[in-house]
Amino acid sequence: MNSPLTSVTLFHVGPVPITLPVVVTWAIMALLVGGGHLLTRRLSLVPSRTQAAFELIVDTVDGQIRDTMRVEPGPYRAFIGTLFAFIFVANWSSLVPGVEPPTAHLETDAALALLVFVAVIWFGIRAVGIRGYLATFAFPSPIMIPLNFLESLTRTFSLLVRLFGNVMSGVFVIGIVLSLAGLLVPIPLMALDLLTGAVQAYIFAILAMVFIAGVVSEGRPEPSPSPAANPRTLP
Amino acid sequence: MNWLALASIVSAAMAVSFGAIGPALGEGRAVAAAMDAIARQPESASTISRTLFVGLAMIETMAIYCLVIALLLLFANPLLKLTP
Repeated sequence: MNSPLTSVTLFHVGPVPITLPVVVTWAIMALLVGGGHLLTRRLSLVPSRTQAAFELIVDTVDGQIRDTMRVEPGPYRAFIGTLFAFIFVANWSSLVPGVEPPTAHLETDAALALLVFVAVIWFGIRAVGIRGYLATFAFPSPIMIPLNFLESLTRTFSLLVRLFGNVMSGVFVIGIVLSLAGLLVPIPLMALDLLTGAVQAYIFAILAMVFIAGVVSEGRPEPSPSPAANPRTLP
Repeated sequence: MNWLALASIVSAAMAVSFGAIGPALGEGRAVAAAMDAIARQPESASTISRTLFVGLAMIETMAIYCLVIALLLLFANPLLKLTP
């Protein structure tokens, strides 16, 4: 059985080995970008049926951002929506025969987690300035600076391991059951895997929102801090 | 098979089996509490289930960490390269 930590090299472009996850990632990117371009080419005020369906998706993303971050979704919609769409499509790409989800490999997840790490800094600096962003590290008291600094690294790592572990374990378990039992037996597991994939995409997007909201709302003086909206309670 | 490989296999199995106990108990408690809250306040079911999902993912991560450790031991064990 192949190790889940290595990936198969398909072909070489010059000296660079191209693996299966890279090809699948580029295919998903082409699908999303091409689909988005085709759909938004002819937008109208009175939406067609397709446009209305996709407006519903955008509206749902907006609603989630508004509920979770308690800010206007404008600046965050593109990043969060793209994260969700990419991970969702990547997790469900196992429906295509012969394709392994790229999120089942450590490298893709590392790239996604790194994106969130950079986005927290970027959105934080944009919302509250560099001083405000640095001040969030000393949020409850300056004693917490090392802990908060460590937290910003470990939560990125846990974001990476969570997505990798969930998707990879699904693929791995299906491989084991397939080699033990036979052709049609792993189908219920695959259905469960689709559910896990959708939930993990949702959770990844939610956690990215929570991390960004932690910086954006902490740097700003809040008139009435409500305990329900405090994102610091998450590890 | 040397004793280091044997110990890796046994400890991988132990990591997954014992590492799954805690998250399982925690998830059970979390779901029970969420059910309780939804039964009391059905109108806030959507907020509760969203928080529940995120919380479950957090708890589940602990078991996933154990799984990753086990897979590291089985497939990418750095100690096995030390011994000839």
